[in-house]
Amino acid sequence: MERTSTGVPNEKMLMWTFIGSECMLFASLIATFLVYRDQSIVGPYEEELLNIPFITVTTFVLLMSSLMMVLALSAVQRGDPRGSRLFLLLTAILGLIFLGGQFYEFNHFVHEGLGLSRNLFAGTFYLTTGFHGAHVAVGVIWLLTLWTLALRGRLGPEKAVTVEVAGLYWHFVDVVWIVLFTVIYLMSGATGA
Amino acid sequence: MTTGGTYAGGIWSWITTVDHKRIGILYFVSSLVFFLVGGIEAMFIRLQLATPENTVLSAQAYNQLFTMHGVTMLLFAVMPMSAAFFNFIVPLQIGARDVAFPRLNAFSYWLFLFGALFLNSSFFLGGAPDVGWFAYANLTSSQFSPGHGVDFYILGLALAGAGSIVAALNFIVTIINLRAPGMTFMRLPLFTWMTFVVSFLIILAFPPFTISTVFLLFDRMFGTLFFEPAGGGDPRLWQHLFWIFGHPEVYILILPAFGIISDVIPTFSRKPLFGYPVVVYSGVLIAFLGFGVWAHHMFAVGLGPVATSAFSGLTMLIAIPTGVKIFNWIATMWGGALRFRSAMLFSIGLVAMFVIGGLSGVMHSSAPADLQQTDTYFVVAHFHYVLFGGSILGLFAGVYYWFPKVTGRFLNERLGAVHFWLMFLGLNLTFFPMHFAGLHGQPRRTFTYPAGLGFEGFNMVSTVGAVVTFLAVLVFLVNLVRSLRTAPTAEANPWEASTLEWSISSPPPPHNFDHTPEVTSRDPLWHDGIAPPPPGEEEFHMPNPSFWPLVVAGGLLLVMAGALVGLPLVLLGVAVTLVGIYGWSFEPIH
Repeated sequence: MERTSTGVPNEKMLMWTFIGSECMLFASLIATFLVYRDQSIVGPYEEELLNIPFITVTTFVLLMSSLMMVLALSAVQRGDPRGSRLFLLLTAILGLIFLGGQFYEFNHFVHEGLGLSRNLFAGTFYLTTGFHGAHVAVGVIWLLTLWTLALRGRLGPEKAVTVEVAGLYWHFVDVVWIVLFTVIYLMSGATGA
Repeated sequence: MTTGGTYAGGIWSWITTVDHKRIGILYFVSSLVFFLVGGIEAMFIRLQLATPENTVLSAQAYNQLFTMHGVTMLLFAVMPMSAAFFNFIVPLQIGARDVAFPRLNAFSYWLFLFGALFLNSSFFLGGAPDVGWFAYANLTSSQFSPGHGVDFYILGLALAGAGSIVAALNFIVTIINLRAPGMTFMRLPLFTWMTFVVSFLIILAFPPFTISTVFLLFDRMFGTLFFEPAGGGDPRLWQHLFWIFGHPEVYILILPAFGIISDVIPTFSRKPLFGYPVVVYSGVLIAFLGFGVWAHHMFAVGLGPVATSAFSGLTMLIAIPTGVKIFNWIATMWGGALRFRSAMLFSIGLVAMFVIGGLSGVMHSSAPADLQQTDTYFVVAHFHYVLFGGSILGLFAGVYYWFPKVTGRFLNERLGAVHFWLMFLGLNLTFFPMHFAGLHGQPRRTFTYPAGLGFEGFNMVSTVGAVVTFLAVLVFLVNLVRSLRTAPTAEANPWEASTLEWSISSPPPPHNFDHTPEVTSRDPLWHDGIAPPPPGEEEFHMPNPSFWPLVVAGGLLLVMAGALVGLPLVLLGVAVTLVGIYGWSFEPIH
């Protein structure tokens, strides 16, 4: 590995810095969502639509994917090829399940009359959660790429930093979801299913 | 050992280069072209305003030109010219052989170039944006801006903005991680310090702008209601998000110039920078406060007394670290053995002109005064004193200072002095009368004015000044061309400067340093501050050239073009981008 002034690998430093930048991206989305809360002038309104129990389940799935990510990194660092393959694939699959839940939710909302241009809730909701979903999708593609590398035996302990950086990204995307789950769903005034 | 060897020749070697010095030169040449484009746009504006009721330009053409003048000068001239210096100089100043991610660096350049070309192509494809560089909602809605100008603005700046963010991430990592042994943070040259600070501003300020343009794009293309009052949306949301980006942006434009002159003034005063830590902290403080003052652009909107007072007070606070810097530069010169080379003239010019622009800035920070000045030429006078009198003069100081390092040749000092004095005269003739025109009530962003309101004299002087400024730029171009035809004679350290970039040959070899220097002092070349190299040759690897950065940037350009043309092109662009990313990821680096 190249010598660095701090001892932290460049790739890791890049990801931390990138995460700093991403915070401002999501902060702008969240601020807009909050400013426009309850400003829609036609329905359907958020409290009629949001299904908190359902999203709690997909949130749990996403949190579990973070756990799988930790186990995947640990397996790669130990040089355990079976564990690396298994946990990387599980992380990606849990991410895909989360995305499937989001797809179902969007579909359901459109069915209930919440087209993208219907009201302010539609625009802020679809863009905020959509941006997050796009991040999850990028992460899934990344994880599956690492998984194929692992399948071909090209993801040994010397690649641990690569996996760690992917993990940083994945955990960040998870943490953003915790905030979105709180702001969009728990604070919505929706009463449940 | 692997030496960097020499540079390969030919166009292909420039297209695939990942060398920070060559990318710096690419940035410089591109930004110079856009500086001329923006300057010609300014000349048309001044010609139109020379006399009342003039008809050089239609109102429509005028709106396009003042919009594109602003966008071009800020984002395609000043920022990339700063980036040119970040690229060429920062790795040399910290004792590195390249930036942390050389291919990412090439990628940033292509994104900037494609974004700038894409946005400027709108002139030939149905009309440039005509809504001001700030593009206030809801003038930008598809109802009031039915053409594609605003779409070009959104998509072009998305590319260029992404390029800026990527470059800034790269420089943060480079400055944190690639410093030579002994090069502690408090030994970094001021230019590197300001690059570091500006990079943080870029990565934190651009995302809100990206998000606001995404909202705007969705409003225009898919009928969302973010800025649509009829649907409950609020156009002020754009103003807040825009200025959360836009105000830090002005520090993104000025701090590199501050960094340049903080290196130039000590060199030509033969004295270390006075109060180095205070200058560093002031730069950091300016950047920090710069995030808390965006709403002073919005006093006239009516924010209410509490918000107005808070933003007013915070804005006034910025005058303190800025003033501290001014005093430090003066104290550096005080008692020094001054040499008035061109670089020094431009640096002193910056100090003087920035004081004028800074003072009118403090006037704006007072909300009651600002209400009188908003949307008048007084504001135009203010920001041109800080941007032209500040950023542009500072960047020219950098050009004269580092030209021998970059090319091995000197710019002619006599022509340099002519360039400086003409530009100094020209900018004051152009912008000083605007204070009075503004206080007499001449509105900005308006393509003409009636006779008899007392604006004629001021505007005529401004136009004459613009012509003088243009002549000054021509003198610079002549100087540039002439000097590139001379033989390279510059030795390693022609100005007897103190920082690391002057310890190696001019121009530097591709690998910069034969031995990674070990630094033991803040002004290493003045204090024997480089430890003697260990015996033997040092082993290192230089990165291979790569065309993947160009492929990925080209794919993203296709996506943006596809947003205007149709879905198939978007999909093609996505495919090219993905192929590029995978090609990039699995390419051997060395």
